[in-house]
Amino acid sequence: MKIALFLPCYVDQFYPQVGVATLQLLQKLGCDVDFPLSQTCCGQPMANAGFEHLTQGCNDNFVRAFSGYDYVVAPSGSCVLHIKEHLHSTENEAEALRLRHCVYELSEFLTDILKVESLPARFPHRVGMHVSCHGQRGLKLSQMSELNAPGFSKPGALLAMVEGLELIELDRKDECCGFGGTFCVSEEAVSVKMGNDRIADHLRHGAEYIIGGDVSCLMHFEGLLRRQGSTVKVLHLAEILNSE
Amino acid sequence: MKTNIPDHATASVAFNRDESYVDWHDETLWFVRQKRDRAAMALPEWEDLRETASQIKNHVLSNLDGLLEEFERKAQANGITVHWAVDAQEHNQIVLEIMRGAGAKQLVKSKSMLTEECHLNPFLQKHGVEVIDSDLGERIVQLRGEPPSHIVLPAIHLKKKDIGELFHKYLGTEKGATDPQYLTEAARQHLRETFLTRRVALTGINFAIAETGGFVVCTNEGNADMGAHLADVHIASMGFEKIIPKTEHLGVFLRLLARSATGQPITTYCSHFHRARTGQQMHLIIVDNGRSAQLGRPEFRASLKCIRCGACMNTCPVYRRSGGHSYHNAVAGPIGAILAPNLNMRENADLPFASTLCGSCSNVCPVKIDIDKQLYLWRQVLAKEGYISGVKEAGLQVAAKVLASPTLFKWTFRTGRMVMRTMPFVVGNSLNPWFDDREMPTAPKESFRQWWEKIREKANAEEVKNVEAFEKLK
Amino acid sequence: MPSAPTPTSRERILAAIRQNKPSLQPLPERIDWGAVPTNLITPFKTMLQAIGATVVEAADYETVRAHVRETFPDVANIAVTVPELTDLADFSLAVADPHDLELINLAILPGAWGVAENGAIWLTEQEMVHRALPFITQHLALVIHRERLVATMHQAYERIRVDKTGFGAFIAGPSKTADIEQSLVIGAHGARSLVVYLLG
Repeated sequence: MKIALFLPCYVDQFYPQVGVATLQLLQKLGCDVDFPLSQTCCGQPMANAGFEHLTQGCNDNFVRAFSGYDYVVAPSGSCVLHIKEHLHSTENEAEALRLRHCVYELSEFLTDILKVESLPARFPHRVGMHVSCHGQRGLKLSQMSELNAPGFSKPGALLAMVEGLELIELDRKDECCGFGGTFCVSEEAVSVKMGNDRIADHLRHGAEYIIGGDVSCLMHFEGLLRRQGSTVKVLHLAEILNSE
Repeated sequence: MKTNIPDHATASVAFNRDESYVDWHDETLWFVRQKRDRAAMALPEWEDLRETASQIKNHVLSNLDGLLEEFERKAQANGITVHWAVDAQEHNQIVLEIMRGAGAKQLVKSKSMLTEECHLNPFLQKHGVEVIDSDLGERIVQLRGEPPSHIVLPAIHLKKKDIGELFHKYLGTEKGATDPQYLTEAARQHLRETFLTRRVALTGINFAIAETGGFVVCTNEGNADMGAHLADVHIASMGFEKIIPKTEHLGVFLRLLARSATGQPITTYCSHFHRARTGQQMHLIIVDNGRSAQLGRPEFRASLKCIRCGACMNTCPVYRRSGGHSYHNAVAGPIGAILAPNLNMRENADLPFASTLCGSCSNVCPVKIDIDKQLYLWRQVLAKEGYISGVKEAGLQVAAKVLASPTLFKWTFRTGRMVMRTMPFVVGNSLNPWFDDREMPTAPKESFRQWWEKIREKANAEEVKNVEAFEKLK
Repeated sequence: MPSAPTPTSRERILAAIRQNKPSLQPLPERIDWGAVPTNLITPFKTMLQAIGATVVEAADYETVRAHVRETFPDVANIAVTVPELTDLADFSLAVADPHDLELINLAILPGAWGVAENGAIWLTEQEMVHRALPFITQHLALVIHRERLVATMHQAYERIRVDKTGFGAFIAGPSKTADIEQSLVIGAHGARSLVVYLLG
């Protein structure tokens, strides 16, 4: 089973520790992981701004970079959702369609493919889990609060395996953080207010850490927390699951 | 953008100036969302109902012509005069002609988002007809000279203090009085007088039944009934998508509508009109106003399934923190943002961007409109049609070029010159908006790919454990 | 050559629809959802109370009569369309102009069907005599037999012919509004209170 690690471009550049934690976690679980160096980006930044028609080069590059791997795993619900919904290739459409089906967000790869039942992780802290909208409502990583349907949570199931971790309940289970791609700058006022409200929900319930499956949400939180001089930290799910 | 009307982002800045006010607005609407949740969760068959409603509406869109013809035939047999209006102007003209025919100069109107869409009130006023909106929330915003900020809760942006001052000025309530019970009683007295003296009443239509040629109007206050049953002439206006095939389908829609809107098990008054009462005239206006064009856009036609419950507004984290007026359209919120560009792309190009695409709207929608998908698709249409700023497009073209090439990508990140420009949160924009309230992420000593290349090199020479390398990195 | 007649708005709209509509989608086969509880009275009462109505279980019309007299002791201008209770009326509905109903303080009407899932009661023009009556009255009382309860709206519509009369309505509770800061206020434009007499 050949697995390719796919890292969102901003994770590669600004949050390498998330990439390292994802890599180590997968290796710990016995996976043969490669990082194709020719990867760049999923194309979502352009597409969500209305310019999906400019993403063909990006798409073709993605297909070339990840062609032939059994699975593509990324520590990001948002990028994975974009690939699943929009990947096309001018050179090899069959491979693009195959890749759509074998690209996985980290937590769903662990629960659905590796069927992980225990982890050697320890994290003795009170943490709040912010589920990213694309991970949750797009990839259905956990049940959505709007629906009358049985509850479940893939990241939640994994966190339950972490020794000492105390998961707090939030007042609003799955409210958006307000990052939203270019929204975070084009609609700065609302974006910041949404982020601060989301953080306040975590703080009200005594979170020491805000964790999530998408670095984009976390980067938004971190920017706000640091500006406020808060001691609350953000961590990616992979970093918790890889902790010892 | 319309001249003099601020775009959504600009209006949101103003809305967010007083944080305690935004918190109040957000909490108030979240409370409505929670009421909706409780009502939805109390019905085990909730998701089946949504799916059924969605399928009925899909059928309606595919058979609109047939259903409208059947409806017209039955309605005429019921003695209802049926009018057709291609656009807002024609609708308004028909209303005016009916008013003139009745020799009336005053109209009492219950809630109808269609007449907001058609700007009926200013039109009639210009022609010497006085209009009084009888829904309490609509009367409040009418007295303030504002449009409604929400399709179900028209005055949700106002605090009782504002309404107390307004009623003191216009209805003579005591100065400083803010008790909702007292203020509502004042409006009751004021509007009762209106109901008793108006000879023409206009209502909206929630559902028109093709099978029977009748229509259903739902209100909690009873204002539509008070208007219609006391007037000599009843005018009912509907967008043509309000048609449903059969009476039995009302069971599905009435179970969903109020639960989605306010969490009530049903609207207080669901009135079924089929024939005028003796001596009364009943007119019905079927309006297109861009709907047939929307029907012709395959990716957007599902927006015509909307039953105007407002659930997508209550759940929308952006709407709750920007208010209905920031959408500068008769219908605000997520559903407004996918309806408005059909009417005018240039004026409403900002609306599909007033969203994080979080998808909560689609999940609460009782007829399962894929609102978030349509927001994404409208962005694509607006970009292609040239309604997005050239600066943004140029930035994105650079990003697209860089991200399509591994070499360029590596180079730009290495040199650090274009790092920010290719970041998803800054494409096509200056860096400043991020930094206004947020710190920038700090750049680590090396990127993941640099670290990876290093450990791969070392791995060739000797076995190096990733764990150690990570320690070094830290 | 005479020019073709200008198409009417009706023709233009229908033509645009025909050109733009999607291919025919089927109607769903099943539209009736939800379990039917054996006991309908408890949920019906609970719902009515939740939506601001008062429920009185009455063995017979005499009990209703006594309750009305006790609850509305000095009230004048009572209109009644329940044949068994007409003695309670002091306001004649034999008026031509519905505006004359404005003085009515209490209207007592029979309900045709009650819906347990939401507390709604169906009545038609036949029961109302004047369409405006249940709305214009200050207070409303509806009398309904226990055996006229159904579980859901689906079941209600199975039993109703909506076009049998020119007008019919589901009434669920007294008139209400929450347009001022989402504070619930009972008594907007319609009846200020609703009492439901559950007979039998």
